[in-house]
Amino acid sequence: MTEIFGIPTQALMGQLMLGLVNGSFYAMLSLGLAVIFGMLNIINFAHGALYMMGGFLAWMGLEYLGINYWLALLLAPLAVGVFGMLVERSMLQWLYKLDHLYGLLLTFGLALILEGLFTNAYGVSGQPYSIPEELSGAFNLGFMYLPKYRAWIIVASLSVCFATWFMIEKTRLGAYLRAATENPKLTQAFGINVPLMVMLTYGFGTALAGFAGVLAAPAIQVSPLMGSHLIIVVFAVVVIGGMGSILGSILTGLGLGVIEGLTKVFYPEASATVVFLIMVIVLMIRPAGLFGKEP
Amino acid sequence: MSRSAFGLFGYLALLALGLAAPFFIYPVLVMKILCFALFACAFNLLLGYTGLLSFGHAAFFGTAGYVAGHAIKVWGFPTELGLVAGTAASALLGWIFGSLAIRRQGIYFAMVTLALAQMMFFLFLQAPFTGGEDGLQGVPRGTLLGVVDLSQDINLYYFVLAIFVFAFWLIHRAIHSPFGQILKAIRENEARALSLGYDVAKYKLLAFVLSAALAGLAGATKMLVFKFATLTDAHWHLSGEVVLMTILGGMGTVFGPVVGATVIVALQNELADKVGSLVTVIMGTIFVICVLLFRRGIVGEIMALYKRMLGAKAG
Repeated sequence: MTEIFGIPTQALMGQLMLGLVNGSFYAMLSLGLAVIFGMLNIINFAHGALYMMGGFLAWMGLEYLGINYWLALLLAPLAVGVFGMLVERSMLQWLYKLDHLYGLLLTFGLALILEGLFTNAYGVSGQPYSIPEELSGAFNLGFMYLPKYRAWIIVASLSVCFATWFMIEKTRLGAYLRAATENPKLTQAFGINVPLMVMLTYGFGTALAGFAGVLAAPAIQVSPLMGSHLIIVVFAVVVIGGMGSILGSILTGLGLGVIEGLTKVFYPEASATVVFLIMVIVLMIRPAGLFGKEP
Repeated sequence: MSRSAFGLFGYLALLALGLAAPFFIYPVLVMKILCFALFACAFNLLLGYTGLLSFGHAAFFGTAGYVAGHAIKVWGFPTELGLVAGTAASALLGWIFGSLAIRRQGIYFAMVTLALAQMMFFLFLQAPFTGGEDGLQGVPRGTLLGVVDLSQDINLYYFVLAIFVFAFWLIHRAIHSPFGQILKAIRENEARALSLGYDVAKYKLLAFVLSAALAGLAGATKMLVFKFATLTDAHWHLSGEVVLMTILGGMGTVFGPVVGATVIVALQNELADKVGSLVTVIMGTIFVICVLLFRRGIVGEIMALYKRMLGAKAG
């Protein structure tokens, strides 16, 4: 068997792949956080819980209504997005004039409520969700077996990330969005319905979290607590990358996933903490974050 | 009666209440409330008086518990010295976290502290001396100065009350000192405080270390009461809970955190057996209600009402 740095290629590539998979989730979630933060000036603590909700809705759809994976991939994010928009209209919109911290606290409360409700209904143990038939099995790449579903996660999430980037940077709607982020009052004066855009932005950001949840469902077991740890790591990712740039969020997410995967190979004890350690180093060397502009 | 005399009377009444409480309520519950009240007061020093939202204060609470427990159980430290060791460890950790976190402002500050605290959580999960998922169990309470037997709940109660009163007095002194005034100035307008020549970063760090040390004292004391330290005490849920206690009671008020901690601990105590995991839902709901409708908190609302009544009388 071939080896690189004394590690079998198979294991190294496997962990690299897993790192990319994790990185895809970091990228999608930190992208959603950045989009929401840009428009609403709110850090969405409920992002992890909404990711969990997406996964659970997919599982519930299959369990109770027989909705298959592909339909769930469409419907669950939609449902999470609608839920997000309701939250924005009923609660978040009253906080925009206040300190940013209240948004964080409110969404933290929401995260607790969602987690508690699902825990109460389904317990903390995971619910299995099987991989759709089209994506089960693996590709034989010669030097390693690549499970099809992992490849699919990476492709799907990168496509979604790219589509988001394209929509915000290259389309008319995106231009309105950037204008409203830069100067909401002036944008409104030009006849653009800014509150509507804010609502849609939050809906879109939360739908992104829901989509990530559905993607994750077959890869890990769906459990009420699946989002809470992830969101803290994603916060660290956001601190490292800064929320100023969309491509920056995507790259930071993917990169940190890969580093985490490599740590699992070379020094497994540190794999849970490596992202936080990198955050510490970045804070010491470049406090504004890798892609951040403001201090 | 003058205002300060009225205040003194209020403090004495509360002290009397504290002294009499164990004869009416289960002492361990009151001790738990006192520990969390101290924790929330320490946190309030940062959120309420300096305007910094730390979302990782459980790290200090938990660290002090582990260090004090380890020092007493394994190294055979006397009880008082164990508590001091735990508090010192949290102060040191607070200095490290604080120096890192104050490099970023506002929302990022909260995220950095949360992430650092999560890192500590994983260290405790993996470190050999913490006992991992089982926690550090069977820590002896020992004696106070070799004389008073602390294994008696009632003796320990008065020791814990003394610690609380001392720390509360310390926080009260800090808030009403020139140092406290500068913290408030930073909270109100950081740029102006800086332009007046105050080394804002230094004051923020000092407030952070003080808050972390006192949170540690609370954690070490709680460990002593329950005779064990567990991962729960370092979990981010607890970091959220202390925010909730402070906001519910009224941030930036002296008594707010005490009231908030009392309500939350009593509520959890009442509900734990009855509703199970719905406790989290209830906590979340209180959070949402506080943020949306009730931002001044219980004590803040009462004070506003009192001021309105005074105003009505004068006018």
